[in-house]
Amino acid sequence: MAVFNLNVNGKKQTVDVDPKTPVLWVLREHLNLVGTKYGCGIAQCGACTIHLDGNAVRSCALPVSAIGNKTITTIEGLAEKEDHPVQQAWIEHDVPQCGYCQAGQIMTAAALLKNNPNPSNEQIENAMNGNLCRCGTYLRIKAAIKTAAANS
Amino acid sequence: MTIVKTSINRRSFLKVSALAGGGMMLSFSWLAGCKPTPEEVVTLPKKWFELNSYIKIGDNGVVTLMSPNPEFGSNVKTSMPMILAEELDVDWKNVIVEQADFFPERFERQFTGGSQGIRQGWRPLRTAGATARTLLVHAAAQTWQVPANEITTEAGVLYHKTSGKKAGYGEMASVAAALTVPGDIKLKDINEFKIIGTSKKNVDGPKIVTGKPLFTMDYKTDGMLIAMIQHPPAFGLKVKSVDDTEARAMPGIRDIFIAKILHDDYVRNGFDTTTFPEMAVVVGETTWQVMNAKKALKIEWEKINDSTYTMRGWGGEQTVKVPAGLESTREHLSKMAALSKKPAAVLRRDGDPEGAFNQAARVIERTYTAPFLAHNAMEPVCCYAHVTADQAEIYGPVQAPEFTMQTLAARLGLPKEKIHIKLARMGGGFGQRAYGHHLVEAAVISQHMNAPVKLMYTREDDMAYGIYRPTYTATYRAALDKDNKLIAFHVKGGGIPEHPVHANRFPAGAIDNYLAEGSAIDSNITIGAFRAPRSNFIAGAEQSFLDELAEEMGKDPIDFRLELLERARTKPVGQNNDYDAARYAGVLKLVKEKSNWGESKPDVHRGVSAYFCHNSYVAEVLELVIENNKPVVKNVIAAVDCGIVVNPDAAINMAEGAIVDGIGNAFFGELTFKDGAPEKTNFDKYRMIRQKDAPKAIEVHFVQNDEAPTGLGEPLFPPIFAAVANALYKARGKRFYQQPYLKEDIALG
Ligand code: FES
Ligand code: FES
Repeated sequence: MAVFNLNVNGKKQTVDVDPKTPVLWVLREHLNLVGTKYGCGIAQCGACTIHLDGNAVRSCALPVSAIGNKTITTIEGLAEKEDHPVQQAWIEHDVPQCGYCQAGQIMTAAALLKNNPNPSNEQIENAMNGNLCRCGTYLRIKAAIKTAAANS
Repeated sequence: MTIVKTSINRRSFLKVSALAGGGMMLSFSWLAGCKPTPEEVVTLPKKWFELNSYIKIGDNGVVTLMSPNPEFGSNVKTSMPMILAEELDVDWKNVIVEQADFFPERFERQFTGGSQGIRQGWRPLRTAGATARTLLVHAAAQTWQVPANEITTEAGVLYHKTSGKKAGYGEMASVAAALTVPGDIKLKDINEFKIIGTSKKNVDGPKIVTGKPLFTMDYKTDGMLIAMIQHPPAFGLKVKSVDDTEARAMPGIRDIFIAKILHDDYVRNGFDTTTFPEMAVVVGETTWQVMNAKKALKIEWEKINDSTYTMRGWGGEQTVKVPAGLESTREHLSKMAALSKKPAAVLRRDGDPEGAFNQAARVIERTYTAPFLAHNAMEPVCCYAHVTADQAEIYGPVQAPEFTMQTLAARLGLPKEKIHIKLARMGGGFGQRAYGHHLVEAAVISQHMNAPVKLMYTREDDMAYGIYRPTYTATYRAALDKDNKLIAFHVKGGGIPEHPVHANRFPAGAIDNYLAEGSAIDSNITIGAFRAPRSNFIAGAEQSFLDELAEEMGKDPIDFRLELLERARTKPVGQNNDYDAARYAGVLKLVKEKSNWGESKPDVHRGVSAYFCHNSYVAEVLELVIENNKPVVKNVIAAVDCGIVVNPDAAINMAEGAIVDGIGNAFFGELTFKDGAPEKTNFDKYRMIRQKDAPKAIEVHFVQNDEAPTGLGEPLFPPIFAAVANALYKARGKRFYQQPYLKEDIALG
């Protein structure tokens, strides 16, 4: 066990955990931020996507000891008023079916738009290819990203 | 105008007056953990009045509608309450939707599966809405001393035009709640619908996109422990011994034991598929601790012997064989090939098929196969349970709670009334969550620990647990006479451990001499419903064969199907044809028109397919191009007849999802076995469709009619397999008989 001082969604948080604990489980079980989901545990599905210093990363394969003083953003902290253009576009396109993959999709999409405000279809496909959706909402995801790009 | 008798649905209209006003404690427990949206804060009434099991009205006119069925992504939590709201005649803006708990005394058929939610909920939900509206009308009549038939309603307001009186539902709710339920209820005419047929957004959308706790995985109570199972790594193995010395000493670990899931003599129901009757269980404080301890277990496995169990399912009581052995895909394929050559059970025979085949000028015969498939819902199997000496509280993802309830009661030794199943929003289901083994496992573990537990499967546990889509084969034969006319048709289906043939489906009824046969091979690999069971294979095989047959006969594939359907409509062969040939033809004609079928586009390869299952008719045209030597799906045009479309945009979403899922499984879906063990246990090896592989566009066209609505979760899925195969044929110049079609691509990853 070891103590880690984390910056999560703009707040300082202290946890005392096994240094190898993936950030996913620190968020879900120690900080009660359950929006970030578990889907595979091996960085293959994207359900656990968070932002680390603004970049999309898979939190299931990221030990808490690797964070250092980088800042973490989760779906809960994506926008203070929960109205990030990507979230709004997701509602506008009524993207979710079961909804389980969507927090991860939104986090990947938000990071994409931050680095590339006007992505092409191909850039969207490349950026989003690591996020699985068994319900098959891929077309709406792509459409919502375009709407978010247009609105932000 | 439709008049319905409420007595037939009486149990839904029980008035449990004790709940009136108090029900909201339960209703808003979800909000306790998260920030309510401003609307939720301002509009909460001080007092609620329950008009029936589905409907509560607040003193300020806000309405709570209970969504009876478990939600797994097909959007019933929005569309079922829309039906209630329509007949109740309220403004959708003033509606709060709540997920009902499993409560069979109060709700009809709380089952999500078979694309039946809307179809079977249609009449009870309309009746419940109309009943509550009628009570409000009678309450106003009584209060205003005017005849009830002079009162009209609109958007939650009661009007008496002649006296100019009006009142919101909230003002009349307390009087209405005390009235007796009238015997005859008038339902709206279809042309009076204001909510049904308009697109309403997913009621859980805001919570989903902001990461609110909605799923079982997110559930937590004080003192809750985390449990994980370790099941055998292969089918055909069981636990021999467990050395847990190291694991037990690891931090946070509370207990390690072997759990027995069902009593030996328990007569199972159809949803009691329990792949591994005994499993090692690790219980601890956090998921990471339990995951690590699980890896530190040293378990010796041993081979199982042949065994049987008794199952009381829809087909009556039967003995199910579980053979010993460590099976492999190679052996499955050779066994199925041998099966196709052997006689099988005759499922339907019209005319003299054998005679016609003997006289045929030409016989075309093709064999199709498909592998086992894993469901791979994005939320791995999980369940919360808190079992005490005299009651049990379960919170979990389950499509068929009624069946699991029986099993829980028997296994826990508790009466059903003491078991409370709350229906969690599921992170996908696809049939897998109809099998409630995880609820029983969680309950058994909680009982053992005497503590609340959340059972969580890892992705590997989930993918390797079984309950798969079976592996199938089908051999089709068609007899043509010297004039190239189709004179006989034969399908022989096989599978492990069930065959895929629906004997009374098209083209049965369209051909004079017809034979359908099926046979199966036992296996210890467990199977279960998977998005349109059996149809999900046989549609692809049949519609690929019809495509090839049309080509052999020199006919356009759509025209050929329409000819057969015309025959089935005007002069049907046999008795039990389970489809309406006119509606079937209707979707083919619609897709023909919408896809501009017949117009060729350079380098675009098209495949068509049509199917009827789960009460809805679908025809699909898929367009693909070859880029960098890989197929890219540019567009899919779908025509659907599912009767009245309750929530059009959500219906399109569901249709798109089924098409994407089907293309993914047609291209890549495959689970193979070696020595009893699945060769893929996570998404690094199990290839799922991803954003890049998805079609670039999908167009969904609904047939407009006034038929009562039927489901959509499944019907678009089965035919797409053949639309893919038929388009790939055009692109590659060779036919595709074995799924998955892009085997080479899977190997490349
Ligand atoms: S859970 Fe992290 S990528 Fe799947
Ligand atoms: S919405 Fe269900 S997995 Fe994406």
